[in-house]
Amino acid sequence: MLDFLRQPWPWYVAGPLIGLTVPALLLVGNKALGISSSLRHVCAACVPAGIPFLTYNWHAERWNLFFVLGIVIGGFLGYRVLGHPDTIAISAETVRDLRAQLHLTDFTGLLPRELFALENLLNWKGWVFLVLGGFLVGFGTRYAGGCTSGHAISGLSNLQWVSLVAVVGFFAGGLLMTWVIYPLLF
Amino acid sequence: MKNLKYLVLGVLFGLILTKSEVVSWWRIQEMFRFQSFHMYGVIGSAILVGMVSIQLIKRNRLKTIHGEEISLTDKKYTHGTWIGGLIFGLGWALTGACPGPIFAQLGSGVAGAAVLLLAALAGTWTYSALRDKLPH
Repeated sequence: MLDFLRQPWPWYVAGPLIGLTVPALLLVGNKALGISSSLRHVCAACVPAGIPFLTYNWHAERWNLFFVLGIVIGGFLGYRVLGHPDTIAISAETVRDLRAQLHLTDFTGLLPRELFALENLLNWKGWVFLVLGGFLVGFGTRYAGGCTSGHAISGLSNLQWVSLVAVVGFFAGGLLMTWVIYPLLF
Repeated sequence: MKNLKYLVLGVLFGLILTKSEVVSWWRIQEMFRFQSFHMYGVIGSAILVGMVSIQLIKRNRLKTIHGEEISLTDKKYTHGTWIGGLIFGLGWALTGACPGPIFAQLGSGVAGAAVLLLAALAGTWTYSALRDKLPH
């Protein structure tokens, strides 16, 4: 059992478990799965600055902050305690393409160190991948009213067409970055 | 403590995200390059199970463990749904992380995750400040 837990989990185990989070949150407290809202609550709690969109009773949404704190702990348990292979077994085509296109050579870790290590903040790559990337995630999810969890999983599970529009947007943006902007950047 | 159950569900959620490697930049690149079924399998089966669960909850009019009504409010369409979606997609392919994975990466000890989180908070704050001036 422990050996199974230590290995990377296949999609047909992880996907259904992620899906079950939707009814679990509804059944324990009538909460809709959505993670990007936590970013808004943190802004409202720390730097509301008189902005109307950040002036609301975020205390009522505290459950969401407990949920994301749990995700941090889950990440620690999953990666540090249970342990994980140093190199993620991605497809050979992806390795080949990333070597050729982004000139990556180190394929260890959850993220490529050549792009995401803090030293990169001394050059343009760190600013594009860490700062601009993170900014677009925070800006875009709130503008769209949800992220992969709130729109793709929770929203589509509830057959909301709005969420379908959002998810098409997520993919269009991702494909544009990967296929058009990456080749221009490198 | 009534929020403890959300903490526990969060721990499980973070564990699943990490062990299935969806918190990894490599897996997101593989997805956007159509070179593996892994991410599509995870997201697709999650939606399928979520959909069946919600149908069961609705048809059987299930209540929460505290006996409250379960109400699902639909999100409203604005032009922000697709404009914001597109902007998030650009960021998703750069960082390889949506908000959930950023929190899981933080726990896994990736130093860059702290910068990603601060940048994401700055993005959310900026959207909030500019909200009235943006098309919706």
